[in-house]
Amino acid sequence: MTGEQIIFLIVALFTLGSALMVVTTRNLIHAALWLVATLFGVAVIYALLNAGFMAVVQVVVYIGAIAILFIFAVMLTRKDLRDNTPQTNKNWWAGALVAALTFVGLVFTLQSWSGFSKTASAVPLGFDAISQLGEQLTSPTAYVLPFEVASVLLLAALVGAVYVAFNKK
Amino acid sequence: MIPLSWYLILAAALFGIGLFGVLVRRNAVAILLGVELMLNAVNINLVAFWRYGDMATMAGQVFAIIVFAVAAAEVSVGLALVISVYRRRNTVIADELDMLKW
Repeated sequence: MTGEQIIFLIVALFTLGSALMVVTTRNLIHAALWLVATLFGVAVIYALLNAGFMAVVQVVVYIGAIAILFIFAVMLTRKDLRDNTPQTNKNWWAGALVAALTFVGLVFTLQSWSGFSKTASAVPLGFDAISQLGEQLTSPTAYVLPFEVASVLLLAALVGAVYVAFNKK
Repeated sequence: MIPLSWYLILAAALFGIGLFGVLVRRNAVAILLGVELMLNAVNINLVAFWRYGDMATMAGQVFAIIVFAVAAAEVSVGLALVISVYRRRNTVIADELDMLKW
């Protein structure tokens, strides 16, 4: 087992463990903080995949913006931090069954695919992923249209969020 | 080297955990936390397929960035809805929000 594999296993176990804490902790502030841990683990996975820009964006956008937004929302929508009511509904076993079946089904489908245990080819010498990404995102022959549509979507979400959460009284 | 299967299994497990959270949690904010986990699982898959496929076409990373933007939009509107509902009904428990019009 190489060092890279050991690092991957440690990070994967950390990510999955904190993800489990996100869905099972009683205290929602703690759940949001465990989400931050999970997102850090995913950022390390991106770094292992040679996608440095994605790792940075993950930390800036997900941890810096989305997780903090969650913490604010938790604090704005609760009266008592020590919530003693059950946090899961009474059909939790059915939910667990569906989730486990989804996982087993995904793995079963994937392992019948021929490229399942493919190993990565080495990164080509002088290959600059970030400049490639920037060029393709703004090139009319590549992905400029999805890029612009995403900006319109963000504007619509911004206006919609302000309108919905605005206190009319 | 790490085979592609490890990343795919990790993403499938993360997706399963997120799905469990969405199905089981009663608090609407916690349901959105589960949705975030599922979106992250999808992103791991997209970036892994970029790395193990054709690196020169950046399709996987571009898709993942679009998913980032959609996730940010989804969270901002979703949390605004939760806060708005909390103002009117004084609850964020999904089971108790059972009226079509208030």
